[in-house]
Amino acid sequence: MITRIDRIFAALKVRGQKAMITYIMAGYPDYETGLAIMKTLPESGADVIELGIPFSDPIADGASIQVAGMRALRNGQTLQKTIKMVHAFRQNNNKTPVVVMGYYNPIYVYGVDRFLRDAQIAGVDGILVVDLPPEMDQELCIPARQAGISFIRIATPTTDDKRRPIVLQNTSGFIYYVSMTGITGQTLTNSMEIALSVKQIKAHTALPVAVGFGIKTADQVAKMSAIADGVIVGTAIINAITSTLDGQGKIVGNPIEAVDILVRNLHSSV
Amino acid sequence: MTQPVDLNSYRNGPDAMGMFGMFGGCFVPETLMPLLIELHAAYTVACLDTQFKTALEELSTDYAGRPSKLYYAERLSIHLGGARIYLKREDLNHTGSHKINNCLGQILLALRMGKTRIIAETGAGQHGVAVATVSARFGLPCIVYMGTKDIERQKPNVFRMNLLGATVEPISAGHGTLKDAMNEALRDWVKNISNTYYLIGTAAGPHPYPKIVRDFQSVIGKEVRKQILEREGRLPDMIIAAVGGGSNAIGLFHPFLDETNVDIIGVEAGGRGLNTHEHCSSITAGSPGVLHGNRTYLLQNEDGQICNGHSISAGLDYPGIGPEHSWLKDICRVEYVPILDHEALEAFQLLTRVEGIIPALESSHALAEAVKRAPKMTKDKVVVVNLSGRGDKDIHTVGRARGLDM
Repeated sequence: MITRIDRIFAALKVRGQKAMITYIMAGYPDYETGLAIMKTLPESGADVIELGIPFSDPIADGASIQVAGMRALRNGQTLQKTIKMVHAFRQNNNKTPVVVMGYYNPIYVYGVDRFLRDAQIAGVDGILVVDLPPEMDQELCIPARQAGISFIRIATPTTDDKRRPIVLQNTSGFIYYVSMTGITGQTLTNSMEIALSVKQIKAHTALPVAVGFGIKTADQVAKMSAIADGVIVGTAIINAITSTLDGQGKIVGNPIEAVDILVRNLHSSV
Repeated sequence: MTQPVDLNSYRNGPDAMGMFGMFGGCFVPETLMPLLIELHAAYTVACLDTQFKTALEELSTDYAGRPSKLYYAERLSIHLGGARIYLKREDLNHTGSHKINNCLGQILLALRMGKTRIIAETGAGQHGVAVATVSARFGLPCIVYMGTKDIERQKPNVFRMNLLGATVEPISAGHGTLKDAMNEALRDWVKNISNTYYLIGTAAGPHPYPKIVRDFQSVIGKEVRKQILEREGRLPDMIIAAVGGGSNAIGLFHPFLDETNVDIIGVEAGGRGLNTHEHCSSITAGSPGVLHGNRTYLLQNEDGQICNGHSISAGLDYPGIGPEHSWLKDICRVEYVPILDHEALEAFQLLTRVEGIIPALESSHALAEAVKRAPKMTKDKVVVVNLSGRGDKDIHTVGRARGLDM
């Protein structure tokens, strides 16, 4: 089955381009504004949208995304509303792939079968769950593939030769290469090592490899898109939204415009 | 091993995937998976190494003061007018609680693995103090993550950790308690995997931690077994322990799981009552979910967001519980019950007055359950309560609860 994710990467490849993958947090700064930002992203240059599912205990996220998730939860965001957001997005956009990304517990509590059914109906193309390594594939990865939803896997600098085949097995859509042993929002440093790791992964899979974690500037986007099939930007976008809010989280600037300017700027370097 | 492990045993878990029935497992970011595999391998090899075993036994004896005493609480038993109550005196261990048992085992493991930096989370500070202690003993830098609320209510332990040379990192996220400290410790670990050993203090977290912590704490139950046979010539009728994450409890319970004549009671923090949100009774009032690397009973809402519980005892203030306990609950081998804040405070006061032993507020929960049950039992019955820690650290909390200006 050819998915939206497969189609976009194939089209980019034909044009000799790389994918700009943008992460936003569902319900941040609030549901309506978040949806408006999501709708604007493809025009600004996003090829794939990662939609974060807020979770109370995000162990792989730095302060920026932690705060955004907490704000979203306080605003009443739930997994059900996140799925609804994808559904609303799909009313005017049938092309841009949407990957929902988060932690397992909200999905587990929602019910895996119910989640996959509702996500598929809403137009979700892929899922990325930070705390489901290959050892736990029976939980969600296998059922997701059976439901026709791609299960995006994370590979990291600790994914060595021995582990690589285990990580690549059952993966679909693309590989999310985490640039560092760290959490979101840290500083990118080791471009040479990243290039080597991406090359090693690409030697073992036909799937596209995108690099994420620590990519905030146009210069970093240029460097990373030279060595991978796509770049993922998350914290920088969340920070752009946060910069338009006051200390209480009230919108005082224009978050939609702030994200648009940032993504256009970064996209020009892809 | 005093008991053979067979196919019909309750003591065979976890399986190769780290599961106790549907609970447990390895729900962690990919970055950590190779480390957990390495840890499991290192632990498996260490268990077969007599040098490792000898080193741990020597430290347990000469440094920690094991075996801890099994004390017949005569005046308490007479006061309650029923079963004969024995106290397993883990409060007499070096550092003042059972936490040292696990820390000695894991620091030896860290050294074997060539790790040069120790991190840990702590709630009441008992585990933090034990980690800081063994880090000092072996000359390793130690960072302890602790919630700001816990820092406030466990000041003596914070100072002890500082004196021992550890860095206490305050965490204000969430409610500033154990759950939030554990999140931050996991983030630290992901960032510093190459040189860092995460010394988890409770029988929870991703596989193989629940197994490792249980094994190192099982010394409690093994000793009780031997000691009560010497004293009473038979096994106890009931054993009771408090359960936060559940390390002292599983340590006491595990060697008795196949003794089906022994009733086993785990006591959760009932806080201000299960009809409020102010409790930490994950098993009694929670539902299965996935947090901190394992599937277990959790306090959570219908969207799978973890709730912040409450207990007067910082060590029980955790919205989850070790996965083996969740399994033991579901198969009905162990009974789990809540004890309210005020019941624990009364038991704290009672033991202090009639036995001259100041128990930790965590252990006071187990005592409070014994206070309820012993009077209904005949005088020939034997109950063992795990006195997991001493209460010096809690005198400020108790004072405040009694309206004193501390």
